[in-house]
Amino acid sequence: MQRTSFRLAAVLAAGALALSACGSDDGDSGDDGDGTGAGGGSGDGITIGIKFDQPGLGLKDGNEYTGMDVDVARAVAEKLGFSEDQITFVESPSAQRETMLQAGQVDLIFATYSITDSRKESVQFAGPYFVAGQDLLVAQDSDIAGPADLDGKILCSVTGSTSAENVKAEVPGVQLQEYGTYSECVEQLSNGTIDAVTTDDVILAGFAAQEAYAGKLKVVGAPFSTENYGVGLNQDDDRCEDVNAALTELWEEGTMEQIIDDNVGAAGFTPNPETNPAEAGGHCA
Amino acid sequence: MTELIEEYQLLDAFWMTIKLTAYSAVISLILGTILAVMRVSPVRIFEWVGTTYVTLLRNTPLTLIVLFCSLGLWGQLGIELASRDSPTFIVDNGFRLAVLGLSVYHAAFVCEALRSGVNTIPLGQAEAARSIGLTFTQSMTQVILPQAFRGAITPLGNVLIALTKNTTVVAAIGVAETAYRMKAIAEFEPSLLMVGFAIVALGFVILTLPMGMLTSYLSARLAVKR
Amino acid sequence: MSDTTRVLFDAPGPKARMRYRIMAVIGALVILGLLYVVYGRLEEKGQLTAARWDWILDGSAWTNYLLPGIWDTLRAAAISIVLSMVLALVLAMARMSDVAPLRWLASVVVEFFRAVPVLIMMLFMFWFLVHRGWFPDSLNPMIGVVFGLTMYNSAVLCEVIRNGVASLPAGQREAGLSIGLSPAQVRRTILIPQSLTAMLPTLVSQIIVITKDTALGYLILYPELVTRARQLGSAESATLPAYVVAAVLFILINYTLSKIAEAVENRQRRRNRSAGKVGDANEPPPVAPAIVPSGGGHGGFGG
Repeated sequence: MQRTSFRLAAVLAAGALALSACGSDDGDSGDDGDGTGAGGGSGDGITIGIKFDQPGLGLKDGNEYTGMDVDVARAVAEKLGFSEDQITFVESPSAQRETMLQAGQVDLIFATYSITDSRKESVQFAGPYFVAGQDLLVAQDSDIAGPADLDGKILCSVTGSTSAENVKAEVPGVQLQEYGTYSECVEQLSNGTIDAVTTDDVILAGFAAQEAYAGKLKVVGAPFSTENYGVGLNQDDDRCEDVNAALTELWEEGTMEQIIDDNVGAAGFTPNPETNPAEAGGHCA
Repeated sequence: MTELIEEYQLLDAFWMTIKLTAYSAVISLILGTILAVMRVSPVRIFEWVGTTYVTLLRNTPLTLIVLFCSLGLWGQLGIELASRDSPTFIVDNGFRLAVLGLSVYHAAFVCEALRSGVNTIPLGQAEAARSIGLTFTQSMTQVILPQAFRGAITPLGNVLIALTKNTTVVAAIGVAETAYRMKAIAEFEPSLLMVGFAIVALGFVILTLPMGMLTSYLSARLAVKR
Repeated sequence: MSDTTRVLFDAPGPKARMRYRIMAVIGALVILGLLYVVYGRLEEKGQLTAARWDWILDGSAWTNYLLPGIWDTLRAAAISIVLSMVLALVLAMARMSDVAPLRWLASVVVEFFRAVPVLIMMLFMFWFLVHRGWFPDSLNPMIGVVFGLTMYNSAVLCEVIRNGVASLPAGQREAGLSIGLSPAQVRRTILIPQSLTAMLPTLVSQIIVITKDTALGYLILYPELVTRARQLGSAESATLPAYVVAAVLFILINYTLSKIAEAVENRQRRRNRSAGKVGDANEPPPVAPAIVPSGGGHGGFGG
């Protein structure tokens, strides 16, 4: 009896040690090989925060990163003098972007990051490098041409997003379905259960450009807000103007158009010509 | 604090939690009883269906079950639990799908609780019922189940408490209950996170403590004396 | 199921057998009919095309999403179960302590964490850490998940330990006291160790609860199996199929765990008759002879 309980205690203790050891191990190195925090902000590499689950914008598949934000980030990093293998990509979920920059866990953030006054209080922005606008994603044969047509229709967005609430305020007859992610909304749209999905046009274009939705979904193309996508930097970072210069060059060279078309153009999406090319500058601290 | 409660509609959220709990409790109790009877029935296929159901449902995370209700039953199979013309279609449909998800999940646990209740009945009872010529249905409804319910009060009470807390999971399909509001507070009013958590936590203590007390009271009172 | 079930009805005669057979056929037809309708609807919606599912055969879906998801699920579960055990021991000691305020405090803590939904605790801890920025961001979801699971399960396990101690024969305690041990020593060296050995099956079944509950991490972006399935579904534009695969994996993992729990329980029962029987927290020990066998009464209520 006595021996059994000792053995049990020993096993538990050993297990605890092993697990906590492996837990902290993974914390330091990041289980995906993307050094988290440790290397950020120092050394000779550069750590860039992107989205990991946004098709067409920032998507991680194994050790492959694809999407418009990723390509822009690579191009900017190159102009700042970093080679491809000096870049470390980490995930920067929407709600955590400011804290990650402030804590120096990342150097730059390219993650559909809208420049707003309240965010400028805690971080600084280079760019904008792209001006997106809230838009609607609908079925190819849908006759919805803008928010005004949504009366009595079902609109989908993610929980905690204000964009759907804004539409609801304008068109009270619209019904809101909320899910945890846009991919669930798009799934419901593609099977005809709901009528439209709303968020920034370029995000919607990323979904519409997916192979499985070819010929099925379209972005309406009548953006009803402007979202200035900026590059987030720590407030003390002095590279802000350099990033601006890099972004301006990218537009001038035509690289930016190419990146946009490669990543989100498949379903016929083009950036809103009234607001793009974006004028980088004016938001550095 | 009252501002927080009002702005984030915490009272509405708790009312939603209570409604979800009440409807799901009734439906899962009925469904769970049917399953329990199936699992002890003489027809093999019913027994098999009951066992399979419990194994599958009990081992799947509730998050996924709720998502299946919304994305699968509604999205793919087109099962709508409200009228599409109604101005509150999404709210009603979401609520009912959530109740459905919670019910089918907890029915598996109700079934297990009832089986443990059946276990408290001495073998002689079943034999006596048979020997006086009662059929399976008769001995089930008149001898076994009444005693099983009384013997299963504690586990059933535990299922009810678990159900109350598990209603938070349906935030995943956009039903505006407490976890949904809590998330909104965390995102938009970080400074009020502590207070928000305190209110929500207290609310659940207030909801579940009486359930626990009632359970112990009833199980002591209704226990079959042997 | 074993033949003990058969006490509920007589051995069927020819007429009853016929009736059962008819019921079985009707039951089977109903189930097949339902499956057919579901099949038809899915076919109609184009859910059963190869394009929707062929990513399963793609190695990268497994190496980049599903296997890391399983790993993160099991890792969070394992860390939580170990921490819960440690915390449960501390709480149980405190709840049985001779110091009244300590006892009360422990009782309040246990009741509180049993009452608050795991998801609410996870959401709170996660967002609290996000706003504080104490840890690297990639760690916050993990800490949130482990915190929620640990708090709830340590409260549950604390009660299991206490019940275990309560169910030990009084002689154990008396013998300890009579050889001059203090009450605290008796608890520490005699009662709790026995309670712990006896609770091993409960512990294994609690692991199932915890494993399943890691899925709640979905709402705070912990990269466990459901989150990975969501990312996979997003990347492959196959959200629902990805969730179906995640569910199947969860069922396989938990089913295996429940079989282990059963084996542990049987072994324990054969080996350890002297120790007090500690029932499953949710299931009273069967009163022999039982009408239905109680095997497999595992898997808790979590989400």
